[in-house]
Amino acid sequence: MTWKQVFTSSVGKKLVMGFTGIFLILFLIIHAGLNACIWANDGGKMFNAGAHFMGANVVPRILEIGLFAGLILHIIQGLMLEFSNRSKRGIAYASDYGNRGSKWYSRSMGILGTLILLFLILHLSNFWFPNRSHQNFVLGEEIDLYATMKTTFSELWVVIVYVLGCLSLGYHLAHGFQSAFKTMGVHNKKYNQMLTSIGYGFSVIITLAFAMMPLSFYLGWLN
Amino acid sequence: MEHYNMNLTVKVWRQKNSKDKGGFVSYQVTDISSEMSFLEMIDVLNEKLIVEGGEPIAFDHDCREGICGQCSLYINGKPHGPWMANTTCQLHMRAFKDGDTIVVEPWRAGAFPVIKDLMVDRSAFDRIIQAGGYISVNTGNAVDGNSLPINKDHADASFAAAMCIGCGACVAACKNSSAMLFLSAKVSHLVLLPQGEPERKSRVLNMVAQMDKEGFGACTNTGACEATCPKEISISNIARLNKEYLFSSLTSDK
Repeated sequence: MTWKQVFTSSVGKKLVMGFTGIFLILFLIIHAGLNACIWANDGGKMFNAGAHFMGANVVPRILEIGLFAGLILHIIQGLMLEFSNRSKRGIAYASDYGNRGSKWYSRSMGILGTLILLFLILHLSNFWFPNRSHQNFVLGEEIDLYATMKTTFSELWVVIVYVLGCLSLGYHLAHGFQSAFKTMGVHNKKYNQMLTSIGYGFSVIITLAFAMMPLSFYLGWLN
Repeated sequence: MEHYNMNLTVKVWRQKNSKDKGGFVSYQVTDISSEMSFLEMIDVLNEKLIVEGGEPIAFDHDCREGICGQCSLYINGKPHGPWMANTTCQLHMRAFKDGDTIVVEPWRAGAFPVIKDLMVDRSAFDRIIQAGGYISVNTGNAVDGNSLPINKDHADASFAAAMCIGCGACVAACKNSSAMLFLSAKVSHLVLLPQGEPERKSRVLNMVAQMDKEGFGACTNTGACEATCPKEISISNIARLNKEYLFSSLTSDK
């Protein structure tokens, strides 16, 4: 069994989804942790220091390349799997099994992922792209990201789109977190039950943490 | 439970052969006993069709005891009908009430092409088994059954996986038409026992390769297969299959 055969098999493709998924989950923890610095309520001093550490340091910037590689792999593989899986039925059923056998969000990972991708395009064009282009995509001086957040989140439609984006992410994680571990081969009942519970908890916390950020600016909870 | 008779509308998928486009035909069946099995209800309908000079509905069935895996039918949106952990032949008409409309479809999957009406070709499962669902046994005197120590938990889990009757309800229920629950049951039931050890790596790799070749989809862990399985095969077998696949692909010589 060559590497190519392994990673192009149905199980191999899923393994790629699972591993990149866990990698992106780890990124979410760092992203949420650093962004939480806005609640230090010091006019963005601590937050900008954190952003500076991530943007002006060579190590996080190298890791950023890995992050994009993982993200792109997850997106492309996910979309290809979704289209391939959808093509396997041929004729659809007249009456649907629906929610009797599975959760709606478990069946909608492709759609939820696409919504997150659309949100991500807006999100990157709001913050990442202006900042990195200001740096000429090297380690130059950054823009005031806290001030950018403040202006970006002064518009209601942006806040609404961000909250909806966070909700899509939450449901994507509610399935993806526990599914990734199953795909990687965790079959012990006690671990699976624990991981499912942690997955739900993680999804709720991540959704709330990220959704609270635009809301905090828009509703004036920050000084 | 009290016995009652009912009149029903049965909407059945009719398809002359694998090339035919097919479509639904509605039939009225009267005086159906609540004690009949679902297949007996179709038998009654077929007898009526034969008397009227029509073509009886083709459907797979054999033991009618829920153990052979021949019966299929996607009834009102669920493989094997509304009851839990049950095959179509063991589904009884008391699951329905007078005046109900019942929609009956064949398993839908590209890898299970319709042969006629409600019969589908499930030989893809046979080819997956042929690819690795066996153990090598040397000829000679039979070994004493108790000479091999087997962990009780493993024996129980293996037996639970071996309950799979290969009916294909997991494929029918899965939004991806994936055969992973079936395959994982077959791999688990052999890999958990010492007898399955010699082919441990080649089995899982070859069976997954064959499954992909047959045109089944990939698993996304939705759990629909487990919910519909008449033998309650656990989805944790799929995770075990994934572990076996990862381990075997990383450590195989070739």
